[in-house]
Amino acid sequence: MSDQGTLSLIADLVPSGSRVLDLGCGSGETLAHLRDQRQCSGYGIEIADANVLACEQRGVNVIQLNLEDGLAIFEDRSFDVVLQLDTLQHLRNTERMLMETARVGRIGIVSFPNFAHWPNRLSVFTGRMPVTRALPYEWYDTPNIRVSTYADFEVLARRCGLRILDAFGIQDDQSIRLWPNLRASVAVFKFERA
Amino acid sequence: MHVTHASPQTLSFSEPLSLRSGASLRDYTLVYETYGTLNRERSNAVLVCHALNASHHVAGTYEDQPRSTGWWDNLIGPGKPLDTNRFFVIGVNNPGSCFGSTGPTHTNPATGQPWGADFPVVTVEDWVDAQARLCDALGIDKLAAVIGGSLGGMQALCWSMRYPERIGHCIAIATAPNLSAQNIAFNEVARRAIVTDPDFHGGHYQAHGTVPRRGLRVARMIGHITYLSDDTMDSKFGRNLRAAIGAAATQPADAPRYTTQDIEFEIESYLRHQGDKFSEYFDANSYLLITRVLDYFDPAREHGGDLSAAFAAATARFLIVSFTTDWRFSPARSREIVKALLDNRLDVSYAEIAAPHGHDAFLLDDPRYHGVLRARFDRIARDIDANTRQPAAAAALRIAT
Repeated sequence: MSDQGTLSLIADLVPSGSRVLDLGCGSGETLAHLRDQRQCSGYGIEIADANVLACEQRGVNVIQLNLEDGLAIFEDRSFDVVLQLDTLQHLRNTERMLMETARVGRIGIVSFPNFAHWPNRLSVFTGRMPVTRALPYEWYDTPNIRVSTYADFEVLARRCGLRILDAFGIQDDQSIRLWPNLRASVAVFKFERA
Repeated sequence: MHVTHASPQTLSFSEPLSLRSGASLRDYTLVYETYGTLNRERSNAVLVCHALNASHHVAGTYEDQPRSTGWWDNLIGPGKPLDTNRFFVIGVNNPGSCFGSTGPTHTNPATGQPWGADFPVVTVEDWVDAQARLCDALGIDKLAAVIGGSLGGMQALCWSMRYPERIGHCIAIATAPNLSAQNIAFNEVARRAIVTDPDFHGGHYQAHGTVPRRGLRVARMIGHITYLSDDTMDSKFGRNLRAAIGAAATQPADAPRYTTQDIEFEIESYLRHQGDKFSEYFDANSYLLITRVLDYFDPAREHGGDLSAAFAAATARFLIVSFTTDWRFSPARSREIVKALLDNRLDVSYAEIAAPHGHDAFLLDDPRYHGVLRARFDRIARDIDANTRQPAAAAALRIAT
């Protein structure tokens, strides 16, 4: 998450003083923000060397692991909040990771690019894959191994036995609650194990 | 830039050191080196723990001995990741070793003879107790950090459990919460090689005027194999044949000589060379003792095998580092440590460095590895600066008002 607006909208979902696990924490920006603004503690998980170094430089706890190997190192419900921000689309085993998120945390928060955002629909309608701010890659060089929509996630969450506590879209740093599947480039879900 | 001229110092302790085995060590001496300057608050000290065959000489060179570079000189020195311009770094030789601190080659005060095989069995816990006494003597209540790799990492972990209030950061590299059966097995092969050398004389070879060099050589060879990765060995030596002794150096050996006892492959030559070198400077009884130090380390044991319970008293901030090709102290073992720390909700970062060099990687200067260490020590130094400025600022405020 690099956008300050998006970061603060998601941070608002995290109760003050929470113990947080951030899956795919990148350079540790979100955790540092939660630590400094909301007195949270916790750990980030990263696979990339450069991001592990960046976290260490920020003073954010980081564990270098491949998320595809699962979260066996973490006990059930050992975190108040598990974040999975902009990570879902890079994972092969989406369903398992979602279940793991709900196992390890009391609350899970997921964000991902919403493929059903209207400019994407328009692009596909004209016959081309979309290249946008939320999906900035060409189809042949994207690190995203899957794309999904706001509405798709609602179906998967039900399938995984998750109760959605809050959900909205984000567009231009604003939360979108009316027709988010059409109007928002980013989808956000807050959920718990049902 | 190097530390300018390291110089070893000695400190003698008259109060006996109670050992885990039940024995005690009296009138012992520790040899140590320090680098950098201890600040006024005595808050910038970092203890560096050595592994099996290293010593107190961690950085710099001795005067007039340009080749006497310390074993972790690539990490420690002015401007290096562990920056001696900011930290007061301590290297200490552990008792039972053979680089100056009391060990098997020294005189047993009870008999007036060399200790030899009678030197008491020591453990990681005993070493850490001895190091804590050295810190007492240096007037250091709390170490900013304890750092070590391999067996040194075990000492760093032990500090965090045994003296939680005396350590700020614990940096444990390429280490394990205990040795696996396979690891103990390697150590046992090495010990048998030494003990069955006819020159060993039950460990009292000094009295017989012999040195069990053959045993030491084989011990070192087996150890060395386990410190390297298969790939490193393959890329360094492959199946290259060694040119026959006496043959022109320019003439490559392109055909085997079909010999069973002479050196045929390059790797054999390399291992024999390592073994020869080692047998010239390392003491056989020390090798037996220190491999046992490794074998006995198992902090979870007295907690019913629960490593998380072993760390219950710890408060340090941890940095755990492993190397993907290290099969002697594999990343899986480091992840066990990380899990135990997570269970205790302790601050921990874990870096798993994809270095090709096997266990030896902890002594090399991979930029990813040293980058993470530099970042950690920068943070520690910043915290020390912030804490030393605060009292000064408070004092200034008092004067102003």
